[in-house]
Amino acid sequence: MPGNQLSQAFVRTGMLDAKQPPAGETGLILWIRKNLLSSWLNIILTVLVAYAALRLALGLWPWFSNSVWQASSLADCRTILAEQGLGPTDGACFAVVTDRWHQLIFGFYPTDLYWRPILAMILFLGGIAPILFFSLPRSLLIFSCLAPFVCFWLLWGGTAWLPLLIVAGLAGGYALTRFVGAVISPTLTGLVTLALLIGFFWFGLMPLVGLMEAGLSLSIRPVASREFGGFMLAATIGLSAIVLSLPLGVLLALARQSDLPLIKWSAIIFIEVVRGVPLIVWLFTAQLLLNYFLPPGTSFDLTLRVIIMVTLFAAAYIAEVIRGGLVALPKGQHEGAVSLGLSYWQSRRLIILPQALKISIPGIVNEFIGLFKDTTLVVFIGLLDPIGVTRAIRATPEWNGVYWELFIFVGLLFYVVCYAMARYSLHLENLLRRDNY
Amino acid sequence: MLAAQALKRVFMSTIEPSRKRGFRLGQLVYDTRYRSKSIQVIAAIVILVSFWWLGSNIVGNLAALGKDFNLAFLGAPAGYDINQTLIPYDNRMSHGRAAVVGILNTLLVSFLGCIAATVIGILVGVLRLSDNWVINRLAAVYVEAFRSIPLLLWIVSIFAILSEAMPQPRDFRGDDATASMQLFDSVAVTARGVYVPRVAFTNSLSGNEAVIPRENLAAVASGSADWAIIVATIAVGLVVSLGIKAFVDRKQIMTGQRPVTWYWLAAVLILPVLVALYVLGATVVQPYLKGFNFTDGIFIRKSLFALWLALSLYTGAFIAEIVRGGIQSVGKGQREAAAALGLQSNRIMQLVILPQALRVIIPPLISNYLSLAKNSSLALAVGYMDVRATLGGITINQTGRELEGMLLLGLFYLFLSLLISGIINLYNRSKQLKER
Repeated sequence: MPGNQLSQAFVRTGMLDAKQPPAGETGLILWIRKNLLSSWLNIILTVLVAYAALRLALGLWPWFSNSVWQASSLADCRTILAEQGLGPTDGACFAVVTDRWHQLIFGFYPTDLYWRPILAMILFLGGIAPILFFSLPRSLLIFSCLAPFVCFWLLWGGTAWLPLLIVAGLAGGYALTRFVGAVISPTLTGLVTLALLIGFFWFGLMPLVGLMEAGLSLSIRPVASREFGGFMLAATIGLSAIVLSLPLGVLLALARQSDLPLIKWSAIIFIEVVRGVPLIVWLFTAQLLLNYFLPPGTSFDLTLRVIIMVTLFAAAYIAEVIRGGLVALPKGQHEGAVSLGLSYWQSRRLIILPQALKISIPGIVNEFIGLFKDTTLVVFIGLLDPIGVTRAIRATPEWNGVYWELFIFVGLLFYVVCYAMARYSLHLENLLRRDNY
Repeated sequence: MLAAQALKRVFMSTIEPSRKRGFRLGQLVYDTRYRSKSIQVIAAIVILVSFWWLGSNIVGNLAALGKDFNLAFLGAPAGYDINQTLIPYDNRMSHGRAAVVGILNTLLVSFLGCIAATVIGILVGVLRLSDNWVINRLAAVYVEAFRSIPLLLWIVSIFAILSEAMPQPRDFRGDDATASMQLFDSVAVTARGVYVPRVAFTNSLSGNEAVIPRENLAAVASGSADWAIIVATIAVGLVVSLGIKAFVDRKQIMTGQRPVTWYWLAAVLILPVLVALYVLGATVVQPYLKGFNFTDGIFIRKSLFALWLALSLYTGAFIAEIVRGGIQSVGKGQREAAAALGLQSNRIMQLVILPQALRVIIPPLISNYLSLAKNSSLALAVGYMDVRATLGGITINQTGRELEGMLLLGLFYLFLSLLISGIINLYNRSKQLKER
């Protein structure tokens, strides 16, 4: 009887095992469906773009795979290609890089002294590590303060008394403000110390260096700035400007936010004038005009002039980034600091700047990337940056006519450095992000 | 330590209440009423002294060189040629005229670069948000490559590609030509530059002058009266179409119905332009080979083309990031709320996302235009005759007026950048969120 059958209850006692999802809904296939073929438009785009990219890659591949790595000149290189039955443009000639890599990296720095820039680079990286990574012990920051002076000495050589006495002067000034300033007025001590330091560096430094050097010679072989070149020159200019422009930028940003109209307007005019004019015009100014601004008869190193110009240029940009951070800080932070009875510099040092700098780190790193790329512009005033070295190499009879291999090598060098900086900035952004919308 | 104590006693005495003792010197440092003034006076003295020092150095150095500060050189004959002139110029004209030619060349490459960079930037920025893996990866590679490699390297590379890998005009000749023109024989990419078609007017208002072939960009401007008419027609069409939109909006508010207006808009915007083009006898003139070179059409010099392309691709990468950031900056809740109201996805974009994203996008976009204009001074790498090459280059070399020349050059760039940042400020003020 049908009724009977219907009345028979069926109750499942156990759960069914979960089934595998259909083949099209997992793993690679799902990924392809979702990311490549989600709609007709996407299918067409994927096919077209993949075809174009593949054709480009396949077109360029033989050029790379046939490349010659060992040859002494372009003609030599083409002979080797011809022996394999290839035309002169069928294969790259990366032999130029293996032959001239030392010039691309070090310019005309003395060959037997390559260890000095390398050591300086390692020291610099070691010095900057505690600043970049907050997990390292804070006591390493002393090393960060000293590293630039050691690097300076290693790169340019000469007597070690110069950096030593500069460090001694700065340390003395610090001790004075720290210990005497705690007893007497900090403002007054600060001003007096500043005056003393300026006096010491202006008048006393060079005679004292000479005196100490006569007593105990701490010299290593000096290297002139004009022997710097290639990637090392870019790094020297870029990193010096980075290190020097950050404190200057902080001061400029604070000045621009100042309540004192004169200070504020001086900062605004400086920042806007510097930012309004391209770097290349400033570099020409350094080359053509700086002698007009200095007392008659003085002339100093072009590389040093460039470093000063690039530093001032970068400081104006960094000041604007930090100003953004200062503006973004809630007003309550300023008011809280004032209500605790902190002085201007105390509140800046303990409350305002740590927070403002934290907000502006990604922007600062971006400015640094821009600054590092802009160091290539020094080629226009006759310094041999990496692009300038490629010209110099092309000007030799052996490598006349080599473009792409050199450009690829220089491009890769910059890419690696700038990409590393960009990744670091991204890492910081993720570290400091607060998700609230 | 004893000395420090004594010093302390001396200084501490100065902050005791000064009511009965009158004004004391220490108040200049410690009293907030006077401190800001004394700091500013010191700053003013420092600034004035350093300016006086710089000024006296300049005067002394100029005197030592037997020079003076004089802008009269701007009126003297320049005596050099410029290979791309947007206004009539020859080497008997003044240095001032040469500077203006250079300024116009700077503005030309900046303007073209801004347009191309915006198009590239918006396209790539949107593609980077695409859910198609191949496309967003490729967009990311483009952005990373151009942001991490110096602009100068891109400029010299693109210039080298044009000069080394592109065919010479003679390769287009004869039956065994090794090169051919692109896009239906209308565009020739050669190692000297790019030749593109131009529009000429057979019934030109400026007579037949407009169809005379010229090997220069000035050829475009030859029918300037005709172009003025076409621009005016478009402008009138735009004004009328805005009027139509206002009328339709009013009608929609009053009746709830929105009339269909696309054929009105077409009639107002497109038809008059077509009529004007027909009446003026607009024809497309293609470049063609004559002798060993192309003639007619517009000749875009290799230097201009390489500089323009590199600037656009480079700035485009930065704009792409701005566009992406702007779109991502609009909270997810905004999109969801709009969808919950029943809006379609294109309306969500148009009414909710874009107005908020543009507030974030436009200010950095304009400042990127500014940096493009300043970066155009890298024209030096390819020999493009911009203002730095004329006023800040050859003129300085010929007259020996470094101080005046660099000053004028700096003032030009400063004026340009203040103008652009003024525009940003105006925009920010008009779009600022109205808060308490």
